Amino acid sequence: MKEQKSIFKFIDRPLVLLYLTLVLMGWISIYAAVYNNEHASILDLSQSYGKQLLWIFTALAIALMIILTDAKFFNAFAYPIYIGTILLLVVVLFAGKEIAGSKSWFQIGEFRIQPAEFAKFATNLALAHYLSALDFDSRKRKSQIIPLIILAIPALLILLQNDTGSAIVYSSLALVLYRQGMPGSILLIGIAVAILAIMALMFNQYIVITGVGILLIGFTFFIRRNWQNIVKVIGIFVVASLFVLSVDYAFQNVLELHQKTRINVLLGKQIDLKGAGYNVNQSKIAIGSGGFWGKGFLKGTQTKFNFVPEQSTDFIFCTVGEEWGFVGSTVVMLLFLALIVRIIMMAERQRSDFSRIYGYGVASILFFHFFVNIGMTIGLMPVIGIPLPFFSYGGSSLWAFTILLFIFIKMDSNRLQLV
Amino acid sequence: MASRIYADRKLVIITTFLAIGFIYLLRLFYIQVIDRSYTLSANNNVLRYVTQFPARGLIYDRNGKLLLYNEAVYDLMVIPRQVKDLDTTEICRLLDITREGFIERMKKARDYSPMLASAFEKQISKETYGYIEEKLYRFRGFFVQPRTLRKYPMSIGAHLLGYIGEVTPAQVEKNVYYKQGDYIGISGIERAYEKELRGIKGLKIRMVDVFNRDVGSFENGRYDTASVMGHDLYTGIDADLQEYGEKLMTNKRGSIVAIDPKTGEILCFLSSPGYDPNLLVGRVRGKNFGELMKDPIKPLLNRAIMGQYPPGSTFKMANDMVGLQMGVITKDTRYTCQGPGSSPIRCTHNHVSPLDVYMAIQQSCNPFHWQVFRAIMNDPRYENSKQRYDVWRSHLISMGFGRILNTDLAFELKGNLPPSEVFDKIYGKDHWNAMTVRSLSIGQGEVLTTPLQLVNYAAMVANRGFFYPPHVVRTVGTEKTKYASEKNVSTINPEYVDVVREGMMEVFEGEHGTARAYRLDSITMAGKTGTADNPHGKPHSNFIAFAPVENPQIAICVIVENAGFGSTFAAPIATLMIEKYITRKVKRKELEDRMILINTINN
Repeated sequence: MKEQKSIFKFIDRPLVLLYLTLVLMGWISIYAAVYNNEHASILDLSQSYGKQLLWIFTALAIALMIILTDAKFFNAFAYPIYIGTILLLVVVLFAGKEIAGSKSWFQIGEFRIQPAEFAKFATNLALAHYLSALDFDSRKRKSQIIPLIILAIPALLILLQNDTGSAIVYSSLALVLYRQGMPGSILLIGIAVAILAIMALMFNQYIVITGVGILLIGFTFFIRRNWQNIVKVIGIFVVASLFVLSVDYAFQNVLELHQKTRINVLLGKQIDLKGAGYNVNQSKIAIGSGGFWGKGFLKGTQTKFNFVPEQSTDFIFCTVGEEWGFVGSTVVMLLFLALIVRIIMMAERQRSDFSRIYGYGVASILFFHFFVNIGMTIGLMPVIGIPLPFFSYGGSSLWAFTILLFIFIKMDSNRLQLV
Repeated sequence: MASRIYADRKLVIITTFLAIGFIYLLRLFYIQVIDRSYTLSANNNVLRYVTQFPARGLIYDRNGKLLLYNEAVYDLMVIPRQVKDLDTTEICRLLDITREGFIERMKKARDYSPMLASAFEKQISKETYGYIEEKLYRFRGFFVQPRTLRKYPMSIGAHLLGYIGEVTPAQVEKNVYYKQGDYIGISGIERAYEKELRGIKGLKIRMVDVFNRDVGSFENGRYDTASVMGHDLYTGIDADLQEYGEKLMTNKRGSIVAIDPKTGEILCFLSSPGYDPNLLVGRVRGKNFGELMKDPIKPLLNRAIMGQYPPGSTFKMANDMVGLQMGVITKDTRYTCQGPGSSPIRCTHNHVSPLDVYMAIQQSCNPFHWQVFRAIMNDPRYENSKQRYDVWRSHLISMGFGRILNTDLAFELKGNLPPSEVFDKIYGKDHWNAMTVRSLSIGQGEVLTTPLQLVNYAAMVANRGFFYPPHVVRTVGTEKTKYASEKNVSTINPEYVDVVREGMMEVFEGEHGTARAYRLDSITMAGKTGTADNPHGKPHSNFIAFAPVENPQIAICVIVENAGFGSTFAAPIATLMIEKYITRKVKRKELEDRMILINTINN
């Protein structure tokens, strides 16, 4: 009894409260998105909101189980869990069911499970475990490469499932590496590469290369002009030029047509309101028509009448925007930011490296989903199909995010004990 | 430990996260609060404004007979995507179409839209609809949409009732009530009473989903308005008389207008040649309109109010009444007539001389009426011809000549009764006199009248000096029109009107009366023949009359263009009409048949 009490005593209440609030708001949004008069009962299992209620209760049960688990378990079993999910990712490639072009689902009776969702927390655990090991030395080449491998394996497997969105999520864990001491310049180079790639897609490749050349020549006026530096600048120019050329080549030859149009629409190179631009346009209409106060609960028309595609999953934020307006959208955004900042602050108070690194991973993954998903619905990001944590309909994602979060809550509640 | 060294990096990360969140909030504020175009797009997505068209008002005759109503027709609609397990043979048999016809119709519908309804077969008859309705449940994807068409059950009164058609873009621009594709009265009563007949459109706001399927009313119909049916019109028209008149005017150009002098209600209003008004309804309207337009005998021209004819001898009594009223003649004044040797206007009749006004009307003596006109134009109380003419003219205007009568019919023309300035211009100031404008005395020359003006003048005589504006509609819904209370009193004293009344009676009763051949024992009639010379060929035969003289119930004007003497065509037709109206039955079958058969249309 005494022990039981202490387990709950150190649970971070604000974080759990934030979690519960978001899950509840998510469920209300799903209910509103698919509501119709014929199935008004919230327990109707033929409807998404009925099923989601089921997922929520089971998720809470899972959360409770995690709290009751010994905190040391996750550190000790980080690799086995990681390897297990990797195996699932491999198996799903052969035994999975293909839905909407992605082969990422196990079908068990009525229900479907998406292992890619669970790979997130598993990878995060493995990464934290490796980075917090006593023999880890960031100056060693091996220590620099292994974390990348840990991230690359699930990302590549998920890419093979044709689920680009979920694969890109792993790039967010670069933030964890940054916090652990990876030079900031690598992050900046990463961002520079991303900008260069976008430029290469938007403009003629030779114009971009010329632009890079001019920038670099300008850059030489600010540095000491010795042989070493000039060689470096020329090297950068060559690498950048090759990169621009290869991006263009890859775009033309590697990407599939629907991916090309998505990117073109996002970059504004192509206007296609009936085709690829339809989703984004309808999503903006739904959110934009919400106005300042919103249309009110169950009064949204764009989402309810299916103008917005995927209105209960990837585009769930449209319902918030349409029915609760700018006020409601702001509340949801602030709740997410509060959740993420709270996690970072909690991570910083950990005495164990493992817990802290894991906490940063949780914050990074959640933020990345928030960043891409909401950015997509308001037209600032390309249409990348990843869910909004705790909001989007779907058992796998709700379970996976719950596990991701509650493992950290459990670790945090244990922070005062000796490592 | 490395981890502590980099602790300040948490600030970089948190700041980045919050900065992105802030950018997103700005973006949300822009699309949700600043840029309102999304609201518009959302409404365009979802809201469908469905106009509720009210039924157009019906039109009745004076005895409650329907002249114009709405006939329900049915369009069989199809939504191609929803068609399933269709018994093609059955539907072909019901609609009496071939298999190829079926395939062609389906293809057309599918080309229009697989998701939206389009007409599969338009204007199905009530009978076919009856069969189809029973079996409709077996034809998934098909449904029936009722529509209404205007229907003229007796096929009469084309010019009177007029027709409706789609509004023009100019009308849409001018009047906010109308939207593209709406119908509007284009002529006749349909035009004159457009506002009363059309009712008030209603509006339903429906919501549709992404497949354009109806998903219910917007805000439970809070902004919906119901349509209000148009008012029914109760007219003074006698449908049987109208029908009879149209029959009599077969193969003749001209017009018949009859009114009830006691109220000004129009009993019969026709222009010949006419056409079946049902030709200008529905799908066939465009084609038929084009053909009627091209027809050289101008069936679309409304001669009753737009035909401006020289009145000829029917005008003589007006001149007489002015003379009597001005006191330049009395009922006993006699003038000599030298028959064909008269000057400046000769007489075509052979009669006693000198003769008084009664005899002059009975026998339509030209010289007598010229003398009256000369007496007026030489009245010593006035300084010059201009002043005398102006007095003469003002008396005539009070009888309804030279002006529109403000009836409820559109496009009424005012004929011609030129003001004195016109003669000043032609002949020069003070350079014209009775002699110069002598033709006016016998209804020739510049003076032009419409059949409506002539019948109104007959009614004024029947009423001994006053008239009500001729009008078609007596009641709109339950509200009486204003016309029967707008008594127009002429400047002629009743005692002088009585003089010409008596003369007009003599036209039938007198030994030498020009219409004596058509007198009836049962009805006392008063009338006047006219044989109006005109530049288009043979004279126009015209006749005005009213009856019974002691208690007038009908005043009538008949004009048969280029037919010849008034006594030969217009007079018998007018008396047949009077007989029909008063006794409801025409006994003079032989005369009736002869009149129907006469063909003067190509004269």
